[in-house]
Amino acid sequence: MTDITDLGVAAIRDGVAGGEFSAVEVAEAFNANVAAAQALNAFIVATPDAALDAARATDARRAAGQPLGKMGGVPIGMKDLFATQGVQTTAASHILEGFKPEYESTVSQNLWNAGAGMLGKLNLDQFAMGSSNETSYFGNVISPWRRNDGGNAAMAPGGSSGGSSAAVSARLCPAATGTDTGGSIRQPAAFTGISGIKPTYGRCSRWGVVAFASSLDQAGPMARDVRDCAIMLEAMAGFDPKDATSLDLPVPEWEAGLNADLRGKKVGVPREYRVDGLDADVAASWDRGIEWLKDAGAEVVEVSLPHTRYALPAYYIIAPAEASSNLARYDGVRYGLRDLPDGAGLQDMYAATRAAGFGAEVKRRILIGTYVLSAGFYDAYYTQAQKVRTLISHDFRNAFTECDVILAPTTPTAAFGLGEMVSDPLAMYLNDVFAVPASLAGLPAMSVPAGLNREGLPLGLQIVGRPFDEQGVLNAGLAIEARAQFTAKPEKWW
Amino acid sequence: MSNYRIHGATGEWEVVIGLEVHAQITSQSKLFSGAATAFGAEPNSQVSLVDAAMPGMLPVPNRECIRQAVRTGMAIQAQINKWSRFDRKNYFYADLPQGYQISQLYHPLVGEGSLEVVLDEKDPEGSTKTIGIERIHVEQDAGKLMHDQHPTMSYVDLNRSGVALMEIVSRPDMRSPAEAGAYLAKLRQILRYVGSCDGNMDQGSMRADVNVSVRRPGEPFGTRTETKNVNSVRFVMAVVESEARRQVDLIEDGGTVVQETRLYDPDKNETRSMRSKEDAHDYRYFPDPDLLPLELDDAFLEECRASLPELPDAKRHRYENALGLSTYNAAALTADVETAREFETLLTSVAKAAGKGEADVAKRVANWVLSERPGLLNANNVASSDPKNSIEANTAIVVATESGQISGSKAKEIFEKHLTSDIDLAAEIAANQQTTDTGAIEAAVDAVLAANADKVEQYRGGKEALFGFFVGQTMKAMQGKGNPQLVNQVLKAKLG
Amino acid sequence: MSVDTATVARIASLARIKVSEAELEAMVPELNGILAWVEQLGEVDVTGIEPMTAVIENSLRLRDDVIGADPLTAGGRRDAVLANAPAAEHGFFGVPKVIE
Ligand SMILES: [Mg+2]
Ligand SMILES: [Zn+2]
Repeated sequence: MTDITDLGVAAIRDGVAGGEFSAVEVAEAFNANVAAAQALNAFIVATPDAALDAARATDARRAAGQPLGKMGGVPIGMKDLFATQGVQTTAASHILEGFKPEYESTVSQNLWNAGAGMLGKLNLDQFAMGSSNETSYFGNVISPWRRNDGGNAAMAPGGSSGGSSAAVSARLCPAATGTDTGGSIRQPAAFTGISGIKPTYGRCSRWGVVAFASSLDQAGPMARDVRDCAIMLEAMAGFDPKDATSLDLPVPEWEAGLNADLRGKKVGVPREYRVDGLDADVAASWDRGIEWLKDAGAEVVEVSLPHTRYALPAYYIIAPAEASSNLARYDGVRYGLRDLPDGAGLQDMYAATRAAGFGAEVKRRILIGTYVLSAGFYDAYYTQAQKVRTLISHDFRNAFTECDVILAPTTPTAAFGLGEMVSDPLAMYLNDVFAVPASLAGLPAMSVPAGLNREGLPLGLQIVGRPFDEQGVLNAGLAIEARAQFTAKPEKWW
Repeated sequence: MSNYRIHGATGEWEVVIGLEVHAQITSQSKLFSGAATAFGAEPNSQVSLVDAAMPGMLPVPNRECIRQAVRTGMAIQAQINKWSRFDRKNYFYADLPQGYQISQLYHPLVGEGSLEVVLDEKDPEGSTKTIGIERIHVEQDAGKLMHDQHPTMSYVDLNRSGVALMEIVSRPDMRSPAEAGAYLAKLRQILRYVGSCDGNMDQGSMRADVNVSVRRPGEPFGTRTETKNVNSVRFVMAVVESEARRQVDLIEDGGTVVQETRLYDPDKNETRSMRSKEDAHDYRYFPDPDLLPLELDDAFLEECRASLPELPDAKRHRYENALGLSTYNAAALTADVETAREFETLLTSVAKAAGKGEADVAKRVANWVLSERPGLLNANNVASSDPKNSIEANTAIVVATESGQISGSKAKEIFEKHLTSDIDLAAEIAANQQTTDTGAIEAAVDAVLAANADKVEQYRGGKEALFGFFVGQTMKAMQGKGNPQLVNQVLKAKLG
Repeated sequence: MSVDTATVARIASLARIKVSEAELEAMVPELNGILAWVEQLGEVDVTGIEPMTAVIENSLRLRDDVIGADPLTAGGRRDAVLANAPAAEHGFFGVPKVIE
């Protein structure tokens, strides 16, 4: 028999249901991998007992002949941005160290209700702010991937869902939750050779997810392949009356609807994404992707998204502005860190607590956000950015009159080494240049592995769909997956 | 009255007043969470994870709060904005768990409206003044801090955190303490009629931020100060008076008024600067990204309009015109919604029981409610909410008086007995029926006159004031049951 | 628009983040770099364009006025509310004494 930890969500679910192995065996196998992978620093907290408890419950249901759920017997990693009752939830920040929520996020609860179990809380960029997982208070996550130059430079797993991407690609869990505010599922998925989908804004409840930028934050699955993403997204998504921006729509049966036959579909290739100096390997993989989709029966058309170059600057106004306000609640009064210097008054306590509790990137973004909202600057920055956001959304709407999905690279380059970008925030931000437009427009978007670059590092292709058309995105992803035949995996060094 | 002037050392000054009234919206649950809103609960017992701003918590608006604010807007003839939205007002304070208040700055729910106030409350038909209302927006209340429970700590209670408020912002249209007081009283009256706020100012359900500035008559507005959270009509008037005086003195002494937030100290009757809020304000308002724009449809607005009660001015006019009540009584009955409500219930009940039209019995019911009964309740320390003071008991008494069964004085006597002891009201009324038997009355009169021959002599000699004595004696002899008109008639005839 | 040390200090104070002089010095060029970059948005013609309000077409749902309709967003759970508090006494949160 193959190693259980080489199996994905569908295989585990079906194997448990069919009695090929027990859920407890699955949980034990992954618990062991988690325990043996400290070097990756993918988890902030491991919860082997939680995984075993859920597995025992699944096995008991099976013994009793009861249905096991969409994720029955599948242990997963939970990004430490989701509140988990009784289990420390930190957003990778010192300010929340030790915080044990008295509640469970809707998305994680949905997963447990579907039969999944929790292997642990995954590391991330602090408050999901970062693209390399170098802003966590709990240390960098190390990608399991290495360049093929024989060196052992530690590579970035991407961010902010870098614990998730590292853990899935290193077989520490078959799937993990991610959140995507401006590429935080797609970019790390691309960096680590896995799949990940950010659904339409509002598909997954934000209730119980530590907020970064409310108008952008969306949860989604990160897994080894497209089918696994479809299964897990079905389990995560759904209307939640506790979230006023939640979509009151039934959850489609995405797994059942998977179909890689793209005859009759049009794929748009956005002209503006072919930027000067685009990495040659990335450009080549994009071209291959176009051919694969043609091969799947799709007609490929060139489309225009004229405001693409303004997406990233607009994002770096809107997201920090929202974050500066969302993170005001971390003040040392009701939970989390309190730094109370001798003789400090209330306002001094706030300033000391927040200085000690937030990392440098978080502070940077809070300051930018505070500045762009401050008196006299609000219209020039925030209102202008929200207008540009409207234009970006219109660009997509226009493009989707000519095509069904859009194909683009996920990232401008493959993974970089840890420390290579950290001194230049702007260069780091540019990593999300292809991911951010879909976030600003709230559209479903996914990254699937498309091959390796000349350094032996994974590259991802991104598919962006119309609002609510996750199925179209997944199907195009499946068509690529079937042709890319991506089987590479990181060689175990940890 | 609008000629109110402050007499300074250098001449006369005019005061300019605007009020921002925070009124707690009557609702079961909070604006954005399902926690209860009841006043006076154990600390932090009515706090949800949302109200405590736990990580990942989100607001979901309460329809009833929106509805009540819309109804309030309609009651002041304001523009209702079918498209509005919530903004965040960002600042740090221990009573503000989120670090921002969800409010409405850019697109409030209710726009321009107005309120007509009577300048002399003793003269409801006298001259009036229209005070402009700029807007009503919906927002969250803050929690409460307690400073005197611990030597080095303040305690935070979040029970009030997240309760819905309407902020009702007037134009700077008021020019005297009396106008400010009249405006606030009228606003309170309307809110209580509409049912959108209980108006309990002593519990903080309604509190006013008083904006005051002074100027030479006819000159542009001066710099204003804002005195926060003033919680009675009387205090609002006092704040205007003392703050205007302070500003005049300051300016005349060569100083300048600074735009600042002040606090009123009722004990010293003065305002003082709030040190803790000195921090330069920059609230960084922006649309709350957790909430979509609030869009109201016609059906919602129609229901709001249809559910509006008759408002005090309309009610007062109806009482005068359709029920024939005096201006004074009509104003007294409509001053507070509870009084009007009870009056109307009793009126309907009495008219029905007496088989008469409401207009026919209105005066008697009004007199009973306004002048006869209150004295009895007061004298016997019975609250008007006491079950003894039931509609049934009141109806029985008023109907018996109306039909002539018992006299007005018997009615009070019996009702008092009913309030203070256990009696069978119907039996008591029956036992005290007035008699219209002229034979019995004549017999009683004859006996009284015979027993007081000397006084009869004096009366006939011109001491007509003794007539009341004979009436009293006759009534006494008849245990109060003689019909007063008949007793008068018979006495007049017999005394010649 | 570029920021100077005083502006960054004011912003940091508004955001209630204590910063040392050295941190301040380091932040000024960083923030100016970012601000200069985002300011390219100014060149976009936005005449007649409304700022985005809802990213996906959706309207605000209102909930019924019911106490504790969903236990997860209900009151009556003081212990849970206070469970993670750095200072809680007699059912209150405690903060350094505030003088109003
Ligand atoms: Mg105010
Ligand atoms: Zn207010």
